[in-house]
Amino acid sequence: MRLELSKRPQHSKLFSILSPFLALALTLVAGAILFALLGKNPGTALYYYFIDPLTGLWDPDNRWQLHELAIKAAPLILIAVGLSVCFQSNNWNIGAEGQFIAGAAAGSFLPVVFPEFQSWIVLPLMLLMGIAGGMAYAAIPAILKVRFNTNEILTSLMLVYVAQLFNDWLVRGPWRNPQGMSFPGTVRFHEYAILPQIWPDSGRAHWGFVFALIAAVAVWFMMSRTLKGFEVRVLGQSRRAGRFAGFSSARMVFFAFLLSGALAGLAGICEVAGPIEHLNEKISIGYGFTAIIVAFLGRLNPLGIVAAGLVLALTYLGGEAAQISIGVSDKVVRAFQGTILFFVLACDTLIHYRVRLVSGKATTSGEAAHGNV
Amino acid sequence: MAGGVVDDRRSIPHEGLLEVRGLTKVFGSLRACDHIDLTIAKGEIHALLGENGAGKSTLVKMLFGSLEPASGEIRWKGQPVRIGSPGEARRLGIGMVFQHFSLFDALTAAENIALSLDRETPIGAIATRARELSAAYGLPLDPFALVGDLSVGERQRIEIIRCLLQEPELIILDEPTSVLTPQEADRLFETLERLRGEGKSILYISHRLEEVKRLCDCATVLRHGKVVASCDPRKETAASLARMMVGNEVMAVVRDVAADTGKGEVLLQIEGLSRKPAGPFSVPLRDISLSVHAGEVIGIAGVAGNGQGEFFEAVSGEVQQDRPEVVRIRGRAAGRLGISARRLLGAAFVPEERLGHGAVPAMRLSENLLLSRFRTDAKAFLAAIGVIQSSAVTTAARRVVADMDVRKSAENPEAAALSGGNLQKFIIGRELDRKPAVMVVNQPTWGVDAGAAARIRQALIDLARAGSAVLVISQDLDELFEISDAIAVMHNGKLSAPIPRAEATYERIGLLMGGAEPGHAVREPA
Repeated sequence: MRLELSKRPQHSKLFSILSPFLALALTLVAGAILFALLGKNPGTALYYYFIDPLTGLWDPDNRWQLHELAIKAAPLILIAVGLSVCFQSNNWNIGAEGQFIAGAAAGSFLPVVFPEFQSWIVLPLMLLMGIAGGMAYAAIPAILKVRFNTNEILTSLMLVYVAQLFNDWLVRGPWRNPQGMSFPGTVRFHEYAILPQIWPDSGRAHWGFVFALIAAVAVWFMMSRTLKGFEVRVLGQSRRAGRFAGFSSARMVFFAFLLSGALAGLAGICEVAGPIEHLNEKISIGYGFTAIIVAFLGRLNPLGIVAAGLVLALTYLGGEAAQISIGVSDKVVRAFQGTILFFVLACDTLIHYRVRLVSGKATTSGEAAHGNV
Repeated sequence: MAGGVVDDRRSIPHEGLLEVRGLTKVFGSLRACDHIDLTIAKGEIHALLGENGAGKSTLVKMLFGSLEPASGEIRWKGQPVRIGSPGEARRLGIGMVFQHFSLFDALTAAENIALSLDRETPIGAIATRARELSAAYGLPLDPFALVGDLSVGERQRIEIIRCLLQEPELIILDEPTSVLTPQEADRLFETLERLRGEGKSILYISHRLEEVKRLCDCATVLRHGKVVASCDPRKETAASLARMMVGNEVMAVVRDVAADTGKGEVLLQIEGLSRKPAGPFSVPLRDISLSVHAGEVIGIAGVAGNGQGEFFEAVSGEVQQDRPEVVRIRGRAAGRLGISARRLLGAAFVPEERLGHGAVPAMRLSENLLLSRFRTDAKAFLAAIGVIQSSAVTTAARRVVADMDVRKSAENPEAAALSGGNLQKFIIGRELDRKPAVMVVNQPTWGVDAGAAARIRQALIDLARAGSAVLVISQDLDELFEISDAIAVMHNGKLSAPIPRAEATYERIGLLMGGAEPGHAVREPA
């Protein structure tokens, strides 16, 4: 007796589109059960989690909350857009968190090491250095994969911890603010090194969100309309057909990693130059990992990713709101995000496969379809 | 049974170890095995001969329990048995050494052997036993060597020792010498003879006629899923065995003899092409030279896995050569050029695999058209910064569909939604639409229905008649005889000189396919 997944001959187009919504609905149900088990009223909990942060939509006094949503969504969207290209080319960059930190640290170099260098050119340079830092850090797993055939999932993931520890050492050691009362963290950036806010009158949302939207539209155009996007999809679906077309899969590994590294690095420097305004040891709340969920919830489509990024940003805000108002642990945020990914993948699997309960022994068949009879 | 075949099947042999009666296996409409009778006596080496697709592997899979027969009977030592799984086959005393090994590179020889044993046996004991066996059967092997460091021949020894540890009475060897050097093969033959001396039986699958003649006591020949002959190979010639294998049915097709207008210029020239094996199971190419003239179709025959795939990759530019002058396309040295640059010189390529090589399964036909033509037709298909002109691509795809009569269910379906024959028509049509000066096709009608196959062959002949050079690699001899002006044979990475159509016979080609030296490919009295 065992469970067997068998491929459906045809998958429903309708359910392919509904899948992310279905996954969200199932996550809400699972969340309600989770809160009930924690002894909270599921209705109240879900209200604080998913509705309360959105009250700014109709209540001008709470408009600042929408800005907070954009602040959280910006890095998620930027990173996930890059990852979508990576994943579609069949390169599994799991280390965006590390590239985010590398970009943040590289971009912080100017205001921290040369604080007296103050000019309008500082911010553009910081952004470029952030992009370069993310790219350089993403190049490591790419080189390892192309040159030594290592598994990029493992190398990129392990490099996250290297980046975290390196950043930790930076802000506690050489870059620590001497006036910081021994707290880890650099000096506060000078005004030329701060990423401006979009509408300072109504809230803190910064230009990172605009960069995220531009990146999403640009990558969407590249993937759906240009030869480069075609190349990404061909190599992702069939390396052999890609080679037949004349595309190089080694070069694609670099393209995919460098692009996703660049966007993660940009997200990193926008985060420290935007809302945080200095580099410290906990600049990321797991954006690089959450962005993986965003990429899949958005079905690897950059426009879908914008929507998915807002949804996942909501779980961060909701987590804070629920922590304050009903006193659940902030770990619930992680549980929620994991549940979403679980249901997204489960829905996708069930769209393509059906589950059968099989009893009895295994039979082999279908091998002869292969010619070498 | 197809005409004029030697048939001196021995009626009741002495003491059959394994007897098979009327064994049949059907896949869809294909009768892979059709009422096979086979008797293997104790202490004999029994050859199973046949071309690719003759049903050898299917038969063996049924004997080893990995496929279930549709009908028929298997008797083991006189008792009818049902072999439901490889485990049951092993318990009966049937062991198998596969053509492609299943070994872990990172483990030692002894550890790999331990993995296949049911019981908990300490590695040390296995190593000792493996050493004894390797000494007894002349299979030198260090049980503690890492598999990754071993040669193919040594890896095969692990498989054989693994098989011998189960103390089988019947050992099935699937194309054991296809991956071995001649010296390694000689060593293997000594081992097999020693096993026969101990009364073990061996079922030896091969298409190499000389080694079957040298080694085997008895041979069963399969063709199109049927037993066409059983004989004593030592009393046959390589030529007569080849004839049994490929058949000698009369050809019904008459081809126009327009090729006597004198040869055109050489459009595709290959000179001294050699290639090291890319992996443990790929065949090295050895000093291949060939010229294809304008207006000419050259066929390359050969049993699958003799280097055709490697040759195609080298000619197409998917794998580049060391020196530019090894491959010349329309006179230009192209050996250091990639596939796109070779296409720009006027060449077109159609690989063997349709899905996943010639086409991306989940992409639409128009996108698959772009796959091989985005560079050659860049002016029509691409605008600034690489933006795809989808209307131009779709129009071209529609033209290909109409020209080649591709039947499909939707306007622009995914490649995987087409039947094999229709997708192949599209892939061939995609290249013909460019009117290439050089066309290289690997297995143009493999697994394609008769109607589509005829259409494809006609298109290739028409292309050559219009002044292009066409090179067709195929396992289907009938096809090659139908369309080629000359046929060369690929065997073990070497290519024979092309034999003009008028001088080529099935027997002569079959002999070369079986590995006879091109030098003494003499015509034999029937």
